[in-house]
Amino acid sequence: MKYLVPIVVLLGLIALFAVGLTRDPREVPSPLVGKPAPAFALPGLGGTPAQLTPADWRGRTVLVNYFASWCAGCRVEHPLLMQLAREQGVEIVGLAYKDTDADTQAWLDRHGNPYRSVIADTAGSAGLDWGVYGVPETFVVGPDGTILYKQIGPMTPEAWETKIRPLLAGTGKS
Amino acid sequence: MRLVLSRLFAGLALALAAALAHADVEGLNPAQEVRYQALIAELRCLVCQNQTIAESSAPLAVDLRNQVKTQIVAGRSQAEIIDYLTQRYGDFVLYRPPFKASTALLWLGPFLLLLGGLVWALRYVRGTRQPAATTEKPVDPEAVQRLLAETQAALAAQDAPARNPKE
Repeated sequence: MKYLVPIVVLLGLIALFAVGLTRDPREVPSPLVGKPAPAFALPGLGGTPAQLTPADWRGRTVLVNYFASWCAGCRVEHPLLMQLAREQGVEIVGLAYKDTDADTQAWLDRHGNPYRSVIADTAGSAGLDWGVYGVPETFVVGPDGTILYKQIGPMTPEAWETKIRPLLAGTGKS
Repeated sequence: MRLVLSRLFAGLALALAAALAHADVEGLNPAQEVRYQALIAELRCLVCQNQTIAESSAPLAVDLRNQVKTQIVAGRSQAEIIDYLTQRYGDFVLYRPPFKASTALLWLGPFLLLLGGLVWALRYVRGTRQPAATTEKPVDPEAVQRLLAETQAALAAQDAPARNPKE
């Protein structure tokens, strides 16, 4: 077998490229998955409630969705979030990332509000602690406050069905 | 006119860049500024992935620069600041990731390739030198004669009809 070595090398390269080239380099794996969700204390949209922290939803599995009215990808995922909140009763906490309260409110009025609570992360400080580097990003936070999964970019039906839904089901929530 | 305009714009761009660079290090003493410049040149901007946060003007890069600056002013060490960022964004923010199991292939890959190439080259050189001497058969003079005669006959047969139609 004269060509055994080149063929093995070629197959190895093909395998490497088959895996490597189908991965999205924009998706930087988050080191926070499996760790406790970083704390913050921020006001709700429009100043009410005065302060919200991750402890406010302790005991339930929630989706923490970083969004902004200036973000195109957020428009893309928005109908799906609406559907999840309305039809499946998923609890979604929205963090309005680097946005003004007025713009966020106008955006929610126009497109609908899928969020149980909306938190104003005007300066992006919570986003920095959560390792957000581009909206939309969605975290699944378990009842003990551990981050179970991070969706980078718009939520897709595939991501919901294959990655997120099993997590919610596993913790006793629909 | 064009030249004047382009010079004007170049001048404006320079002035703007200088103003921005100046604003960026405001509030730092010279020693802190050196540390700041060194750190931000080592950190990757996650939005525009092939730029450092020193080069990038993406909002996230601005935030990260401010964060680095705040922490330098607060007296944090380089290792503490790098820890702070890797806890949030992973080793990906570092242009020089630490050596560990998940980055072993990244660090050692080039050397493995070099080693593999050397092994292959050595084997190739040896393989072409030695077996060539042993597999060569002695030439049979009769076979050469026969082959020569056959070739000449074939050439003559080919030539004869080819010339006829033209002449």
